[in-house]
Amino acid sequence: MKVPMSSSAIDLASADAIARYEPVIGLEIHVQLATATKIFCGCPTGFGAPPNTNVCPVCLGLPGALPVLNREAVELALKAALALNCQIHQHSRFARKNYFYPDLPKGYQISQYDEPFSENGRVEIVVDGVRKSIGITRIHMEDDAGKSMHEGFKDSARYSYVDLNRCGTPLCEIVTEPDLRSSDEAYALLTEIKQVLQFVGVSTCDMEKGHLRCDANVSVRPRGTLPFGTKAEVKNLNSFRFLKQALDYEIARQVAVIESGGTVEQETRLYDPDSGETAGMRSKEHAHDYRYFPEPDLVPLRIADEWLSAIRATMPELPGRKRARFISEFGLREYDADVLTSTRAASEYFETAARVSGEPRAAANWVMGDLMGLLKTEARDIADAPVSAGNLGDLVKRIAAGEISGKMAKEIFAKMFASGEPAAAIIEREGLKQISDTDELQRTVADVIAKNPKQVEQYKGGKTAVLNYLVGQVMRATRGQANVAAVTELLKKMLGADRIC
Amino acid sequence: MKIESLTIDAVRQALGTRQASAAELTREALRFAERENPRTGAYLHFSPERALAAAARVDERLAHGEDPGPLAGVPVAVKDVIVTKGVRTTCASKLLANYVPPYDATAIVRMEAAGGIVLGKTNCDEFAMGSSTENSAFGPVRNPVALDRVPGGSSGGSAAAVAQGTAVVALGSDTGGSIRQPASFCGVVGVTPTYGRVSRYGLTAFASSLDHIGPFARTVKDAAILLGAIAGRDPADSTSAEAPVPDYTAALDGNVKGLKLGLPREYLKDLKGESSDLLYRGVDVLKRLGCEVREISMPATDYAIATYYIICTAEASSNLARYDGVRYTTRSPHSDTLSEMYRNTRGEGFGAECKRRIMLGTYVLSHGYYDAYYLKAQKVRALIARDFARAFEQVDAIVAPVSPFPAFKLGEKLDDPMAMYLSDIYTITGSLAGVPCMSVPCGQTAEGLPVGMQILTRHFGETTMFRLAHAFEQSGAVN
Ligand SMILES: [Zn+2]
Repeated sequence: MKVPMSSSAIDLASADAIARYEPVIGLEIHVQLATATKIFCGCPTGFGAPPNTNVCPVCLGLPGALPVLNREAVELALKAALALNCQIHQHSRFARKNYFYPDLPKGYQISQYDEPFSENGRVEIVVDGVRKSIGITRIHMEDDAGKSMHEGFKDSARYSYVDLNRCGTPLCEIVTEPDLRSSDEAYALLTEIKQVLQFVGVSTCDMEKGHLRCDANVSVRPRGTLPFGTKAEVKNLNSFRFLKQALDYEIARQVAVIESGGTVEQETRLYDPDSGETAGMRSKEHAHDYRYFPEPDLVPLRIADEWLSAIRATMPELPGRKRARFISEFGLREYDADVLTSTRAASEYFETAARVSGEPRAAANWVMGDLMGLLKTEARDIADAPVSAGNLGDLVKRIAAGEISGKMAKEIFAKMFASGEPAAAIIEREGLKQISDTDELQRTVADVIAKNPKQVEQYKGGKTAVLNYLVGQVMRATRGQANVAAVTELLKKMLGADRIC
Repeated sequence: MKIESLTIDAVRQALGTRQASAAELTREALRFAERENPRTGAYLHFSPERALAAAARVDERLAHGEDPGPLAGVPVAVKDVIVTKGVRTTCASKLLANYVPPYDATAIVRMEAAGGIVLGKTNCDEFAMGSSTENSAFGPVRNPVALDRVPGGSSGGSAAAVAQGTAVVALGSDTGGSIRQPASFCGVVGVTPTYGRVSRYGLTAFASSLDHIGPFARTVKDAAILLGAIAGRDPADSTSAEAPVPDYTAALDGNVKGLKLGLPREYLKDLKGESSDLLYRGVDVLKRLGCEVREISMPATDYAIATYYIICTAEASSNLARYDGVRYTTRSPHSDTLSEMYRNTRGEGFGAECKRRIMLGTYVLSHGYYDAYYLKAQKVRALIARDFARAFEQVDAIVAPVSPFPAFKLGEKLDDPMAMYLSDIYTITGSLAGVPCMSVPCGQTAEGLPVGMQILTRHFGETTMFRLAHAFEQSGAVN
């Protein structure tokens, strides 16, 4: 009996078939600029306000209202362009992108079209140890639309609702060249761009809040051939996992279509995270003629040299350069440098701790181990770690100076984490100072020797391993406050002297 | 005190001598306007509450010995495309029949801060699209001078109110002649200031790069005072100009001796009949006042109408997209899907002229046509602006007709949109160039129909424009 195949099921290409093709991928990344207010009005950009409360005549598109460009949004956009090594045009212009949609109150989006403020950038990615440069075609600014809600209301069967709070939120659209050749490269690029933009403070890039959204143009071509295949635009790749899954699915789908003698259609496809598949949108929905024309309500954007220089001067060191410097200057391993430059906060924390301690590698271990471990358990961010970077550096410095033992340091650190106090205060209060006073230590060691004649006998008989036991006894007697190295030396000396006697 | 012939000076005097309070004057002006309005239909609705509240503020300032402002107690009619907080603003469209804006246009804020009183909102062509005010969804306006004729448009209601005496001054809007042409038809002064001189914030957009707010008045001086009160940089309008606002009234000294005036050949070659006779008579008056008149050439004029109707319809097609039934627009009740809602709302809501322009504008911006139409029109617009720049290297002002003919009969041109578009020929060049221009009464035809003379000056040259118009007005050669 034949079982009818479900209409949604598609036979994907085999791994062998996929291997015969090369994917060609370009990304379009929408980033919400971290401004306090919207791009063309003074409304707050906050998330989670009751629907239609962060609105005004301008972002509601009321008759007669006019846009005024937010200077802060331009500054952040310029920072993004500088961070992605783009060329910045002194003169650019906004354009209207016309289409009807209920969450687009003006009936057009204000974007940049043929005169974007920035073009021709580059970003480096590393995949499987291979470094690759990816071209950035352009970056432009635009305003976001509102949100349509089709579900969750008692009359949702008949009506959709619109929340315009998000309307007018400033966005940057970053368009890359079709330089990516795998979903891993796309993943690496999005990761790199996210990291860079967070570093520079352009965006929080919080994907859950929609601050970072990604669409991809995907095509495949037989390996070894030059012409690009027909591309599909895949939308709704709003997490890193979805990006990879969707691309892998789409690549396999396109290969299967070609392998079975079909042709890939140029279309917009929507990724469905539940099924892990992409599906073509009805062509009517995206067959737009946006009728772009220059926005007559805004004057052309001119970026003065002085302004750009001032912004350039405030640019922080970018993660790539920082990573390299951490390796060369502090002698970090590549992996550690990667971890410690994953966010701007982590890199700054580490660098302060490294400088204060004078022991960068030890500081790196503390930051990546104890600090990040505790932060993770408490689900806190390094930016609001209870132990300041200076205090951690000071702790590491005390260990290096032999003032406290590594074991004591762990306990002290836990207390610092709990109370936020500096190490000195805890050491002082709890009398935790390492015993380096030789007289006192000598008395304790002599006492341990006297109380353990059997072990002393064994040691003298050549069973030197028993020394560790004796050291442990001294440490116990000093509640761990003795310097292990000093105790070991002293024991050796006194047991040897005893032998001479 | 005759309400219908008041001037700003007369109002000031009445208040200053305590002959009347602003509240009394406002009540009287409202009574008069409400009584007289049915004759012309100049006003769509009145705003007595807002008017009396503004009057009370003026009286309070007077009681405290404070300067009540240059427009203190002056009844002002406002074209219904300029938004007024709490007062219905319909744009003469069914789509906005019940729309009450939550904010004021900058021009309204400034006008009230200067002591002006918003008496009510005036009728116009729907979304300011038209030259006769017959495109209003709420019926036409009759020209107070000849009730069987149109008042011109699109600001026909504002022009008619001032001509009829139901307002001392009025605010209108001009995109291609919508202030000057009705001023000419109704025999009043109408001013289109330099683009960017008055904030457009709160002016319902028709064609953003061409839209202006400007004053109507019965005298040049009153128009100058009103413009002075509303002009100046507005941070809410990126296209508003930084240039300081001079005291326009200080220029009204009658001294126009030696001013060089240009008569554009291209504007006069087809001008016929009484409109031509009256204009030349006006030019003779200016010569007698000591102006030097010469013929000039503005060669790009021939392309002005095509250029204008491409740019203005393109911008309009985008500006009018927001009237979609989703929010404040009156929504068609008979729709089951989103696209039906759009189609029905807009299909039932917009009048024929708006639809015509939306379609034209959508077409010229369409993929594959943009370069041939919109882009080319922008290039021609630059040529027209260059004509003006060159002309103003030779002359201080340009004198031109406003319209090829005086006010026509209601319904006469309704079925011929092309004829209606062509009648904008003399006013749209100034609009495209963004230079200040105005219509000042220049006499009447044998039938008693007013004809205006247009004066245009260089960007921000309003002072010269007012000086010339004022000297002409004061010469007494007209009337
Ligand atoms: Zn807003």
